[in-house]
Amino acid sequence: MAEPLLKVRNLKTYFISKEAQVKAVDGVDFDVAPGKVLGIVGESGSGKSMTSLSLMRLVPGPQGRIVEGEVTFEGTDLLKLTERQMSDVRGNRMGMIFQEPMTALNPVLKIGEQIGEVLIRHRRVSKAEAKKQSIGLLRSVGFPRAEQIVDEYPHQLSGGMRQRAMIAMAMACQPKLLIADEPTTALDVTIQAQVLDLMRSLKNKNGTAIILITHDLGVIAEMADDVVVMYGGQVVESATADAVFDDPLHPYTTALMESIPVIDQDRERLASIPGTVPSAANFPSGCRFAPRCAMAQESCHQRMPELRELKPGHYVRCDLV
Amino acid sequence: MWERGRPVSTLESDLALKKSQGKSILEVRNVKKYFPIMGGILRRTVGHVKAVDDVSFSLPEGETIGLVGESGCGKSTLGRLIMRINDPTAGSILMNGRDITRVKGGQLRKLRHDFQMVFQDPYSSLNPRMSVGSLIAEPLIVNRRGSRSDIQSEVVRLLEIVGLSPEARLRFPHEFSGGQRQRIAIARALALRPKLIVADEAVSALDVSIQAQVLNLLADLRKEFGLSYVFISHNLAVVKHVSDRVAVMYLGRLVELAPKRQLYNSPLHPYTQALLSAAPEPKRHANRERIVLVGDVPSPAKPPSGCAFHTRCPKVMDVCRSERPVLKEYAPGQFTACHLYT
Repeated sequence: MAEPLLKVRNLKTYFISKEAQVKAVDGVDFDVAPGKVLGIVGESGSGKSMTSLSLMRLVPGPQGRIVEGEVTFEGTDLLKLTERQMSDVRGNRMGMIFQEPMTALNPVLKIGEQIGEVLIRHRRVSKAEAKKQSIGLLRSVGFPRAEQIVDEYPHQLSGGMRQRAMIAMAMACQPKLLIADEPTTALDVTIQAQVLDLMRSLKNKNGTAIILITHDLGVIAEMADDVVVMYGGQVVESATADAVFDDPLHPYTTALMESIPVIDQDRERLASIPGTVPSAANFPSGCRFAPRCAMAQESCHQRMPELRELKPGHYVRCDLV
Repeated sequence: MWERGRPVSTLESDLALKKSQGKSILEVRNVKKYFPIMGGILRRTVGHVKAVDDVSFSLPEGETIGLVGESGCGKSTLGRLIMRINDPTAGSILMNGRDITRVKGGQLRKLRHDFQMVFQDPYSSLNPRMSVGSLIAEPLIVNRRGSRSDIQSEVVRLLEIVGLSPEARLRFPHEFSGGQRQRIAIARALALRPKLIVADEAVSALDVSIQAQVLNLLADLRKEFGLSYVFISHNLAVVKHVSDRVAVMYLGRLVELAPKRQLYNSPLHPYTQALLSAAPEPKRHANRERIVLVGDVPSPAKPPSGCAFHTRCPKVMDVCRSERPVLKEYAPGQFTACHLYT
């Protein structure tokens, strides 16, 4: 593999209060190759969204804190930058889109002003130039009447259009990396197909790498080159998407794949995973999946397994495989 | 204007009903729900949102019908009409052969013993101030089902059925996870031993691993108690998993209704085809041709003329713009409303 664009090592984000220490992200490692799509899958509370916010250094304070780790992006450790230097990276070399475009967009600013803002801040262009470029960007994300849309407000757009406007904004400075946190979860299937198509074509055209965070294995299967499976704030499996889907090794990944209904297959009964996702405030000792794992043994409850490379490029956090 | 309660066109319902064998627990006949849009200073009605526009189907006892469609297609409104939470503008709803469209008050409450609803959000559908025990006991107390101790033991039995421990009755909803809350909501719905359950996006808010638990529970309950379900969801894979027959809705209308295997293997309506091709499958190299529809779903306040789907249909013809297609049977049991097949 070429030198990764983004290298995350031993990332730990904790929420610390007087009473408790919540380990939302607890020692996460992964790489993103230039121009590739890394999918991060996990259920709620697995730490996937907090991981993405940590990469952008947007962890909600004062309780939330990145306590340890390295996030090396194009050779520099983002965690060592000053706040000022970091804001030169955000929206410029790294863009982000969120699940709910209605809350991520400013309701009292015109779409054109919001996209233009990014260009004025990072590219130091004039207002008129920013508007001109905004129109071009909106057209590139598939708005036929881009000239009118720049002067409209977010509430005038539908959910799919808002998400496309968000993408236009995130892509304004042609970032090397786009972080997309559940970008299509709030959208209908046919609109989701449009947005995924758009993301794919922008990636191919501009060579933007994407971190795609979702709970939907279908979206991952369709989009990702590499996959990271998260559980309880940790990476439990990471490999190429082909390896994860065709030959999953961690019992959690296997169980997850079997528990979803699939259109192409008839499953009499779904293989469900008993119990519930553990809370980050109260992780079990030992392997965090052990209490729900069908294969768990005595030792699993005692000792936390390491993330090991079982096959070239295929990492698994389980002592049984 | 239409006359309240009188079916306007009978063709659809007749055809759709003829196919149902055995006794049907639920019949929906030409049901419409138009919500008025108020405007102007005098708050006069300036138009209507046609949330449900002439829908008919029947549900044989013990069967599950899935209602799929995108947001705004009217599937939830249809569920609420079946439950009689909202009154239909026109058409009728028959439960066990009895017309319940205009039943009101105490009589309706009594009828509701037979049909219950499970909602999407188990966080807002359970009263946070009531213990789980009193939540489940409430329908039993209201309907005077036995003495105090009878009700208590019934609550324990219901908790066991949905896979919760008897101690759960002393705790409050906030102490439970989403999946467990949905189990509590199901136990409450089961309390009066209904025959039909309308599940509106009942597993959509749950994590994948929990979703499987609840889907399995619903399947077990169906077998054990001979329940029938109207299962409303936007998730095509989930609907396929639970349903016997599937109805696809678009802008308040039924565009296709078929046994699930036929619907998923050989969909007739271009909208069904696009919907199926757009659903991402958790498999690598799924060899499918993707039909990406352009544009958004039009507003149900101003549905397009003719076939409501014509603005996005890749196979649109001239006739589609002017004439509304009728739901007809084109393959055994498979109904669709599309001019391509006429």
